[in-house]
Amino acid sequence: MSQPFRLNKEGLINRNKKISFTFNGKKLFGYEGDTIASALIANGIHLVGRSFKYHRPRGFFGAGVEEPNAKLQVEFNGHSEPNVNATEMELVEGLSATSQNCWPSVNFDIGAINNFLKMFFPAGFYYKTFMWPKSFWYKIYEPFIRKAAGLGVASIEKDKERYEHKFEYCDLLVTGSGPSGLASAYAAAKNGAKVILAEDKPRFGGTLLTDDVSIDNLSGKDWAEKIITELKSMPNVTVKNRSQVFGYYDHNMLVMFERVSDHLEKKSKFTPRQRLWYIRAKETILSTGSIERPIVFGNNDTPGIFLSAAAKEYMKVFGVLVGKKPLIFTNNDSAYETALEFKKNNVEPIILDTREEHSSELIDEAKSKGIDIRFSHGVIVANGYKKVKSAKIGKLNKDKNSFEKIETIECDCICVSGFWTPSVHLASQSGNKLKYEEKIDAFIPDKKKQHETSVGAANGSFTLEESLKHGFENGSNLSAKITETKTEITIPNVNEKKYGAHDKFWCMPLPKNENPKRFVDFQNDVSVSDIEIALREGYRSIEHVKRYTTLGMATDQGRTSNLNGLQLVSNIENKIVPEVGHTTFRPPFTPITIGTIVGREVGMEYMPTRKTPMHEWHEKNNAVFVDAGAWKRPRYYKQGNETLFEASKREAKNVRENVGICDVTTLGKIDIKGSDAAEFLNRVYTNAWMKLPVGKARYGLMLREDGIVMDDGTTTRISENHYHMTTTTAQAANVLSHLEYYLQIVWPELNVNVVSTTEQWAGAAIAGPKSRDMLSKLYPDLDVSNDALPFMGYREAEFFGVPSRIFRISFSGELAYEINVKSDHGMFMWEKMMEVGKEFGNQPYGTEALSTLRIEMGHVAGPELDGRTIPSDVSLNGLVSKKKDFIGKNSLGRKAFNVESRQKIVGLIPIDRKSSIPEGSHIVQDQNAKLPNPKLGHVSSSCWSVENNNPFSLAIMKDGKNMIGKKFFAVSPLKNKSIEVEVISSHYVDPEGKRVRS
Amino acid sequence: MLYIKCPYCGLRAQKEFSYGGDATVKRPNINEEVSSEDWDNFVYMRKSPRGKHIELWQHIAGCRQWIKVQRDTATHEIFQTAKVTEEIR
Ligand SMILES: [Zn+2]
Repeated sequence: MSQPFRLNKEGLINRNKKISFTFNGKKLFGYEGDTIASALIANGIHLVGRSFKYHRPRGFFGAGVEEPNAKLQVEFNGHSEPNVNATEMELVEGLSATSQNCWPSVNFDIGAINNFLKMFFPAGFYYKTFMWPKSFWYKIYEPFIRKAAGLGVASIEKDKERYEHKFEYCDLLVTGSGPSGLASAYAAAKNGAKVILAEDKPRFGGTLLTDDVSIDNLSGKDWAEKIITELKSMPNVTVKNRSQVFGYYDHNMLVMFERVSDHLEKKSKFTPRQRLWYIRAKETILSTGSIERPIVFGNNDTPGIFLSAAAKEYMKVFGVLVGKKPLIFTNNDSAYETALEFKKNNVEPIILDTREEHSSELIDEAKSKGIDIRFSHGVIVANGYKKVKSAKIGKLNKDKNSFEKIETIECDCICVSGFWTPSVHLASQSGNKLKYEEKIDAFIPDKKKQHETSVGAANGSFTLEESLKHGFENGSNLSAKITETKTEITIPNVNEKKYGAHDKFWCMPLPKNENPKRFVDFQNDVSVSDIEIALREGYRSIEHVKRYTTLGMATDQGRTSNLNGLQLVSNIENKIVPEVGHTTFRPPFTPITIGTIVGREVGMEYMPTRKTPMHEWHEKNNAVFVDAGAWKRPRYYKQGNETLFEASKREAKNVRENVGICDVTTLGKIDIKGSDAAEFLNRVYTNAWMKLPVGKARYGLMLREDGIVMDDGTTTRISENHYHMTTTTAQAANVLSHLEYYLQIVWPELNVNVVSTTEQWAGAAIAGPKSRDMLSKLYPDLDVSNDALPFMGYREAEFFGVPSRIFRISFSGELAYEINVKSDHGMFMWEKMMEVGKEFGNQPYGTEALSTLRIEMGHVAGPELDGRTIPSDVSLNGLVSKKKDFIGKNSLGRKAFNVESRQKIVGLIPIDRKSSIPEGSHIVQDQNAKLPNPKLGHVSSSCWSVENNNPFSLAIMKDGKNMIGKKFFAVSPLKNKSIEVEVISSHYVDPEGKRVRS
Repeated sequence: MLYIKCPYCGLRAQKEFSYGGDATVKRPNINEEVSSEDWDNFVYMRKSPRGKHIELWQHIAGCRQWIKVQRDTATHEIFQTAKVTEEIR
């Protein structure tokens, strides 16, 4: 199959490699180096999508990031991606592209009726129309909008691709490899600076690839190639194509999106698809170039209408003609280059120039080549529905507000140029307040905010000579400050055509009684009349006009529409553009994939996984794990077909009756040393610590300065100036920071050092009435009697030849011990315990049984110490010293903390002794009361009491213990449950605590 | 992402640090009588200036030292960093 619009020779594509692909099911081919857009245009296909609001036929408009229309659903390399820019996506074998936003097909789209009902779709349409009646929203409006609008479809498959993040540091980051970027990078590289040069497109060189210029007697393209080759050979330079620097953040952190392998047919398993670079640059050169802006005219969105530079790029880079009967519509000289390029390829263009007859180097050249130039002319309206067929053109009067003559001429494409807009997005993101440059009718960067320097067209310099000079100078000066080396570089001789002045003209008037749509923003379907309506309705701030009309709010960020929109507002308002101001630029400059943002942090890599030394044993013994922060903890050990409920009941019961062991390695452990350690603990904890003897443990409670309980745990005095503190698993990191804060900032005079030893010790709790018998078998040479090792006692002893620490402490409320050995010996300890414990009926127990045991004992934990409770709320006021000062003490006297009705801990049992009470249930007096039903408290922890064989819960409740004996309802609208409960003491089992001391 | 100069470790990315609030707040001395007004000011009252602010950060993923950072709350510019025992002028 031939490609009717492919030139025979021109272009930088590889004609030796054909690539097949499909578009809307049709089989086509292109060449290696084509984009989807260039391949489709080569095949004569222009209709690629439907517009957002009116479903008007749309074709390609640009040749790169500026493209507002050609967003396709693309399937390639096994995945489907919506909103892919057809002008950027490179062709790969087997790619299949389909049009979006059309139903049932791009050629026949039912939504196009919107185009004929356009009086219903003015600015603010969504705000106005769908407001009323409310009930219509769910049933009618929303489904309609979802079906008719919206762009592509996101895949619901798991993304199997690999994405990476990379952190990089450099002296100079250069964003864009056009002439000024190349010059900057080259000069900095020669000074020995560490340089990263990023180019968004596959090919380096920017406008050097398409402009008819020469540098040191080389064509622009050859010069670019020479510089790039040299840069690539330098060890201090990283050169990256297909890499878009899309965000400029604080402290010169820039973020770059690299398309690593989307263009490859085959890649290795470990090649990422895309990569996100976090680049911390000492200096940044913004050589992002400029984007051509259109002139607004009637039906200017018809397929076949292009930016004139894009038309030239299709010829010069891809060897593709956007049409064979081109109209060039311009207010400046740059479009003449496009006309000359057409002419060179034996296509006869007609130039419509809004300026009056005059001469310049380019105009003269066009004239001498016999090109038909019509001055004071412009396109009024394009004719043709799915493709441009002809244009109504007009000769403008002197004031350019009406026409002296109107005629219709045939054409198959219109290449439009309304002059150039510097790409200032990155500069603006860096914090740079832009300034309006009258000379070019556009904004350029103002005073530096970070270390950013804009050069070349991005800074409003549109000549090659200036761009190169500016690039070399800035690259050299900025890098010399860092490397303290300055290599002299001769700025090369340049040969380029001189441009005449452009015409400050951006929107064609309409003849009387004609009213075609004139689009300002193609992607969001915002027309001149929409902006007029917004202003008529009283919107003044450009930020409001933007939101009301959605001008510039599409994924192209208004690259081709912002300035024309501003011009329109300023004309109507009779203000100059700088007074109107510009809207804010925000990252990302171009859309990037979610996968790239996420990187490798998915699945198991989402968080680090912390495993205890006994993890493998748990796995082998059917443990079902639960996440405790980053830790994996056994929740229960499943036997046969047991449920969680059955298993935890069995495990907890066995602890109450025999003995069980539990992996408590995850508890936070902090080693505290120093001559002032006792004094420090005395200030950190609410209870007294000065008299704790060596070889004893004590339960301690610590508060925040606002009096709220922060954490609890036991701390043991190992030797005179050495303590071992334990924290809850959840608070371990916070407690360490808390201690460091006081030692480093508040009381630096205290001689104390703290260090986390959580990972150094493996811990196992042995709990139950038979735990002492078991312990005596584990330590045959040690006297473990109640007198020798009493409650809260501590011993160091060998555990089958391994050093160990024995703490007689209990979380379960049973007679219990905790053994710590070095992590390396954890598995050994655990297996030994399992072996020795057999005769006592020992079984391992998980966190669920552990919770049951502590709840029915009334021991508080995370759900009660929830950042809202003070010691007396949870019946821990016995631990609060009245004699000494400590962190948070002064707050405990606050009025609100001391009112009688304050919510405090109580126990709850269901009246029917059967129904489990969901955690989080609200406690109310009357379950049928009118809403809002006053809440008296909430259920914090629930379990099945194995001791009493019925459900039991802890709750934090108004009036606390005064409510004991009364009945209420625990309601959980979430679980649709309402359970009648009776308030009892929070200490349901062994309230005197006899067992732990037995 | 901010770039913070730890006085012990040098320039490091923000993600290595955690924020600790106003560094000019002084805790009343331990064991000293303090009026409830002074106490409440210490616990709750913080200025929220637009502009220069001396604040605490902890280098949690580095040397674990708490440090002082003088930062512009509007622009994020960092003027100076210091050890907590040093003064920021
Ligand atoms: Zn540090």
